[in-house]
Amino acid sequence: MMSARDLFTFSNPHFTRGVGITAAILIVTAITGFIVLPFAQPWVQFANVWDAICSAAGVPQRAATITAPGQDKRLSEVVLTSNTLSRPSQEAIGRGATLAQRCAICHGPTGISRADSPNLAGQYAAVIYKELHDFRSGARTNAVMSPFAVNLTDQEIADLSLYYAYLPRLPAYHPTPQLPKPNIVIYGAPMRGIAPCGSCHGSLDNKTGSPWLEGQSEAYMKAQLHAFASGERRNDISQQMRNIARAMTPQEIDQAAAYYASQPPDVVKAVD
Amino acid sequence: MLANRKLILAHFWLAFAVFGVALTLGAWQMFIRSPIGTWLSNPELYYRSLTAHGTVMGYVFPTLVAMGFGYAISESALEQRLVGVRWAWGGFWLIVIGSIMAVIPVALGRASVLYTFYPPLIGNVFYYLGVVLVVVGSWIWVALMSINLRVWRKANPGAAVPLAMYANVAGSYLWAWTAVGAALELLLQIIPVAAGLKATIDAGLARVFFSWTLHAIVYFWLMPTYIAYYTIVPRAIGGRVYSDSMARISFILFLVVAMPIGMHHTFADPMVGAGFKFIHSAFTALVALPTLLTVFTICASIEIAARLRGGRGLFGWIRALPWDNPMLLALAFSFIMLGFGGAGGLINMSYQLDASIHNTQWITGHFHLIFGGAIVIMYFAIAYDLWPHLTGRDLIDLRLIRTQLWLWFIGMIVTTFPWHWVGILGMPRRMAYFDFGDPAIAPQALSVTLSAIGGFILLSSGILFLVILARGMRAPQAEAGPYRFALAVHQPATVPIALNTHALWVALMIALTLTNYGYPILTLAMTEGTSVPAVYVGAQ
Ligand code: HEM
Ligand SMILES: [Cu+2]
Repeated sequence: MMSARDLFTFSNPHFTRGVGITAAILIVTAITGFIVLPFAQPWVQFANVWDAICSAAGVPQRAATITAPGQDKRLSEVVLTSNTLSRPSQEAIGRGATLAQRCAICHGPTGISRADSPNLAGQYAAVIYKELHDFRSGARTNAVMSPFAVNLTDQEIADLSLYYAYLPRLPAYHPTPQLPKPNIVIYGAPMRGIAPCGSCHGSLDNKTGSPWLEGQSEAYMKAQLHAFASGERRNDISQQMRNIARAMTPQEIDQAAAYYASQPPDVVKAVD
Repeated sequence: MLANRKLILAHFWLAFAVFGVALTLGAWQMFIRSPIGTWLSNPELYYRSLTAHGTVMGYVFPTLVAMGFGYAISESALEQRLVGVRWAWGGFWLIVIGSIMAVIPVALGRASVLYTFYPPLIGNVFYYLGVVLVVVGSWIWVALMSINLRVWRKANPGAAVPLAMYANVAGSYLWAWTAVGAALELLLQIIPVAAGLKATIDAGLARVFFSWTLHAIVYFWLMPTYIAYYTIVPRAIGGRVYSDSMARISFILFLVVAMPIGMHHTFADPMVGAGFKFIHSAFTALVALPTLLTVFTICASIEIAARLRGGRGLFGWIRALPWDNPMLLALAFSFIMLGFGGAGGLINMSYQLDASIHNTQWITGHFHLIFGGAIVIMYFAIAYDLWPHLTGRDLIDLRLIRTQLWLWFIGMIVTTFPWHWVGILGMPRRMAYFDFGDPAIAPQALSVTLSAIGGFILLSSGILFLVILARGMRAPQAEAGPYRFALAVHQPATVPIALNTHALWVALMIALTLTNYGYPILTLAMTEGTSVPAVYVGAQ
């Protein structure tokens, strides 16, 4: 009867050769991958062999020598998850309602703007929460909004967000006939790496931190897309919107803005 | 003699039924994103279909084929009634329940995450639980294969394990170990988030776990095909296996080197060090070895058959082969597709070349050619070969079978060659929509249309396949006799212990997994701040 003792022994040539060849290949590839190849890159300097090995192994380290460009402007520090502000309380909404009185001049007493400021009624709480934090930190700036935001506390930001999220979604003040979906909204532009607007902003799906856009002012949305494209606005996490807006044509920007502006808010419910 | 025909038939029928559904979805996908399809205005429907197609074709269909074939091998090669029949039925029903559980949220649009899961995308928890049940069901099969071999060994101390069973058990061990990666990803990372216990996920670590599964699963899909090459085809055409040891060495090489190479799927990912990527790339090169050995051994085995039939000359013997035999036809088609697919694979495994085709349609073209082509055509062959033994009836219409195989071969070439081509031109994969009016991709409209036509040829072949099997259930009764596997030229009475057991090779497989995956997994798991917020699909 064969037993494990006959198998795992150096007198068994299959064992010796199998283990030996495997170990030899492993050692040769490891030396090549961790020492030879790192030093073969003339554009990278290593202090010593250990340094090269750590780099090739992917040991987490701070890249001290590289300074990222454009760090003079602040970026968003907000972290959103799908649980952010997901449990509103009546008291928080009440406090938010009181605070919101100062916002009403521009954003309207019912959260629907008569000017070209964004409508806030029924907007996702996480969205308002993030923008207010960004205005406060300076990651996003606006001559009118920034002074309002600088003095808000964390609690006030949360309360305002919950209040506006709680308001009913009303039709906007700039009625236009409802336009059909343009290509950029439902297809995006795969060849330019643009996902459909609708895959994050509603119409198809909604992703955390993305506002729904139905009924927003056309002029406002156009201005924001151009600001993203030029880099003037930069509070989007990981450049999500800047990368898209930069790749959009001016025509696509017009179409997307006009389409969303023309939609009644009840369209949002379909995906909500 | 096959005692548990019902069990085996149930696996095959379920496999081919879900295959038929997924095939239809595949053809639809091809059509709807081609210039000849009209757009649905909702990419979400495309991703639902893609998730269902990938999940069925990648997890459910090949697993059921391997299981059904494995039970058949165990009973016929060992000439011993299957031990643990109740457990086998239990595994089967787990797969049925798991598949239903997974497909419902997919159909409802609650789990359009694709079969690779794509964290931080998170779908409905029942989708993942369903996949877990399918895997657990298949693990029962792994255990049964091992137990049946052990029972046989007790009864036949020291005897050479029949090649078919040796290979079958090697495949089952490979599957058991490679599935652990995805299982860890699902149980430790994705399911807690999908169940709402956590809101963030370490997507980089999840991808590393998935790569642990993703390469060797390919060789699990391939195992039935290779077993058929060695043990069915030579017998079916009156030849002999050129070398029994060469066959065993091929299978154990798969066991050892299929596992520690999965990071060739993460070449473009930032969270793995370049040194590890190099090691995985180098070991990937080694995995060509068992395939080259196999191609050599099988060609030699076939030459033996041809010479026994009076074939002569350096290449003249090829004409003496029984070309009207469906097994030979399937093998020839399979080898041609394996050759082209293998050449493409060399490009994928090269760190630098991979960059030019990464995430393009080339990749989908490549694995359809290898998996849908070279591998699945042998699944057809296995079914045809086994059917008379399972049903007790003849498959009479060989012409129809040949037509089906030809259609699959032609369809696969027509589908995948242009598919590769548009990938080289830069067309991305996993996109629901292409605007062929855009001058950037207008020139690719013709290629994509060709692929879509190929897709319908494949669909017609798939339907024909199901029709042939269904008709086989109602043909006149005929006793097919015992089911046999090909014998070797020198049929061994005893085999060296290393080639008669799996322990040494399983140990090497696990050791290489630890050396090649251990450090990257540990550092990723222990580094703080590497998790990102989950993105829930259709959950709003
Ligand atoms: C046995 C045959 C087949 C197998 C095993 C198979 C397997 C797969 C797998 C695993 C995927 C990946 C899914 C994903 O990326 O999430 C896939 C994708 C796809 N399959 Fe198949 N498939 C088969 C046949 C077909 C056929 C006949 C067609 C029709 C022409 C087809 C069309 C597609 C398409 C269009 C995709 C999506 C490509 C993309 O958008 O990236 N498949 N298939
Ligand atoms: Cu792979």
